[in-house]
Amino acid sequence: MKGASVRSRSIINTLNQGAVLVSDGAWGTLLQQRGLEPGECPELWNITHRSDVYAIAKCYIDAGSNAILTNSFGGHPIKLKQYSLESRTDELNRAAAEISREAAGDDHFVMGSMGPTGVMLMLGDISPSEVYDGYALQASALQRGGVDAICVETMTDIEEATLAVKAAKEATGLEVLCTFTFDRTAQGEYRTMMGIAPAMIVEALKNAGADAIGSNCGNGMKQMIDIIRELRSQDQHIPILIHANAGIPQIVDGKTVFPETPEYMASFVPELINAGASIIGGCCGTNPDHIRSIAQAIQKSVKQ
Amino acid sequence: MSEIIQKLTVCIERGKVNKSAPYPPDLQGQDGSDELAALALQNNISPDEILEACIEGMQRVGDKFSRNEVFVPELLMASKAMYAVMKHLQPFFESGSIKTRGKFIIGTVAGDLHDIGKNLVSMVVKGNGWEVIDLGIDVKTQKFIDTIKNHPDCTAIGLSALLTTTMVNMEKTVQEIHAIFPDKKIIVGGAPVTKDAAKKMGADAYGKNPQAAVEFLNSLLSTN
Repeated sequence: MKGASVRSRSIINTLNQGAVLVSDGAWGTLLQQRGLEPGECPELWNITHRSDVYAIAKCYIDAGSNAILTNSFGGHPIKLKQYSLESRTDELNRAAAEISREAAGDDHFVMGSMGPTGVMLMLGDISPSEVYDGYALQASALQRGGVDAICVETMTDIEEATLAVKAAKEATGLEVLCTFTFDRTAQGEYRTMMGIAPAMIVEALKNAGADAIGSNCGNGMKQMIDIIRELRSQDQHIPILIHANAGIPQIVDGKTVFPETPEYMASFVPELINAGASIIGGCCGTNPDHIRSIAQAIQKSVKQ
Repeated sequence: MSEIIQKLTVCIERGKVNKSAPYPPDLQGQDGSDELAALALQNNISPDEILEACIEGMQRVGDKFSRNEVFVPELLMASKAMYAVMKHLQPFFESGSIKTRGKFIIGTVAGDLHDIGKNLVSMVVKGNGWEVIDLGIDVKTQKFIDTIKNHPDCTAIGLSALLTTTMVNMEKTVQEIHAIFPDKKIIVGGAPVTKDAAKKMGADAYGKNPQAAVEFLNSLLSTN
């Protein structure tokens, strides 16, 4: 199974045939439930707690995911440097891909997760080439571990996102998806903290080589409908991926709680599909129960 | 008000750092805050007046930010332009002839290694004329407490968290600081933190964004 990346299966072809895919839910939340301490490097768990990471990947496959991500969100060498693990970029990302591949088997897609570097390009603390090279390294390692596609996620800055998409595309030739995180402003518009509106990402990401775009985190299901509409207004055809949070977290009795139930999240699925979403999953606070409900709702919607 | 001072305020508002800076495109080739601050001092404009002009510029960009007319990048560029002026004013701060607005201690709570949000707040607060003591990331409660002891004149403490899990550490830190220093004001912020969460954990304010932190700090001055 290892290194088997020469599969010809394409997420985009599957979507173009009219399918709506279910992806996975939160990884961070489940890693924490399995004992990941604040301040620990989640990607190191791909080596030290392989069976825990596998169990998370597998629980989403069992819940009905058609596509799962990998435990490599913070796998850019700049992020790994915070834990002095940057020299293990290749090993940690490859392991992440191998674990998800093993759980997914040949019948499900695996999308290699790449999150932001956490460093701001505009402040000049880092060069664009360092950001690009790191993403290229990460994407290649994910490819060697067996992913079908690369998913660049939780982006707020156009420059960083386009560097990541380009690097992934040029280093691997795989299909690349890219999602941004928007907040709702007082005026009811959606913007990233860098001031980027959904409509502004579409051309930029397509030009960088993205095969699918979308939004993750930051919002519950309901707000995602507005975001999809804005993305759709710029392009009628490009596949849209949505990973919503289970609402905005609250602290209850010293614990972080996400308010949206599986049923509540699933109730928005028909509207999401109507607006143009073609891959739907969850982000922070979602678990296999949310995914199971979303999968059922998708099945119902597509049948009708 | 002199022309130099007016121009300086505009450079801060627009984030024009120096003559060679490409940003903002419509001010290319013109003097930036760096050159104008030097020029102002040469023309015997008082450091106080220069500082006031800058704070006026930060106020303007801050107001635009609050109205969602500009975003984090514009706020950061304005702060950068402000830093260029602060370098010229440094000797006057050191001699005590001008003063910062007050002291602000900031850090990311224990267990959280994210520093981007904290750095943004730190930059913008500093740009608004405050002295910022930045304790960095993964700051244990005891370190906050020791720092407050060493700087009893500090106006407020800012706590940042990006992870939903460390929000719980944030609550503990707020309560432990307040137990020892009941009068010290604490403002909390970060992606998972909401106004309600801030209130529940006993913080004095919620900083939705860097500008909100500045406004909270300024409000403490006017009530003192």
